[in-house]
Amino acid sequence: MKNKALNTVLNGILRENPVFALVLGMCPTLATTTSAINGMSMGLATTFVLICSNVVISLLKNLIPDKVRIPAFIVVIATFVTMVQLLMQAFLPAIYEVLGLFIPLIVVNCIVLGRAEAFAAKNTVGLSALDGLGMGLGFTLALTLIGAVRELLGTGSLFGMNLYSETYGMLIFVLAPGAFIVLGYLMALVQKLLKK
Amino acid sequence: MAKLQSSFKNMLLSLTLIALVAAAALAGVYMLTKDPIAAAMTEKQQSAIMQVLPEVEGDIRIAEAEESNGVTLYKAYVGEEWIGTAVEASTEGNQNMPFGGTFRLMVGFNNVGDVVRYVVLEQAETPGLGALMSTWFCNPDKPKSNILGKNPATTNFSVSKDGGDVDAITASTITSRAFLEVVVKAYNGIAQQPMPIEATSGATQLTTEEGGQQ
Repeated sequence: MKNKALNTVLNGILRENPVFALVLGMCPTLATTTSAINGMSMGLATTFVLICSNVVISLLKNLIPDKVRIPAFIVVIATFVTMVQLLMQAFLPAIYEVLGLFIPLIVVNCIVLGRAEAFAAKNTVGLSALDGLGMGLGFTLALTLIGAVRELLGTGSLFGMNLYSETYGMLIFVLAPGAFIVLGYLMALVQKLLKK
Repeated sequence: MAKLQSSFKNMLLSLTLIALVAAAALAGVYMLTKDPIAAAMTEKQQSAIMQVLPEVEGDIRIAEAEESNGVTLYKAYVGEEWIGTAVEASTEGNQNMPFGGTFRLMVGFNNVGDVVRYVVLEQAETPGLGALMSTWFCNPDKPKSNILGKNPATTNFSVSKDGGDVDAITASTITSRAFLEVVVKAYNGIAQQPMPIEATSGATQLTTEEGGQQ
């Protein structure tokens, strides 16, 4: 049982990493990773929604008829996303200012609905929570890594600390093409490391 | 418990129940966060007013807010002397602007109409692009994009691409145009006021003459 729980968490972080292996949730991945802190904040907000929605959907799985499962799942997910948005606005206004635009997009993040459908609707509450945790951490790690590389190459900083002059930064890495370039190279690297 | 069948009654009950619970949960969180959100907004506005005003010795007194030309003015005094004005302005109501979003600024002017500082109160621009407005136009290392210390009456507050004196944020020209238009709108707010008109016009000439002599 312990092994199964550990495997469920590690699965989301490594083998089935939402970004590098499943290639899900590309919109926030590409759009919010202009800096490491932005990527990490978005990842943590998504983790919260993933864990909560997985738990609730697993609890309600027998009460939701199959034909209306998608609208029911979306209502549950949207509720948690709105809660995150309100709580962030009230208690973390600085981070909300940066991510405000992207928080509502968590509702349509494929990872959240995907895990609800593929895992939470078929498994126990405990395992669903662990799956949400693993997938959320995997997503957070991936977004933080992409954000860190883009921030370092684009602006010469890492988590806001200046490491070299911004003048030498390559602006393309902060812009949209840089997101695709960094994602592609990191995906190739992670796949190579996982195959070893 | 066996899974509910997809009958009309079950589907209706299930969705209604989920929607009701979701609405109740959201109402609860809204009630919980309503006051902190309002407090955070007020605190930000008050702290922005003090941040954008000129640094002077003595206690600064902020007069009652006044509406002028679509902006809100917070005039600041030390004793009876008027030292400057914090102006809250936004993109709302600007029909001709090609910019589609909304943002609000608090711009501080001294008693001769120079921009002292500004704070972005609210924006929903793309991080890394338009969102850079909070730092781009006040960077002392980039004099061509820095608007601090400049007066909209003597400096052309348009982006250099349009023949103006201010460099736009890289890859965010439209946001930069909107930003500068809001700053000019804020300045026009104080220029419409009876007291600043005298102070500004006289001082503006003085600034121009000083600039010419330098």
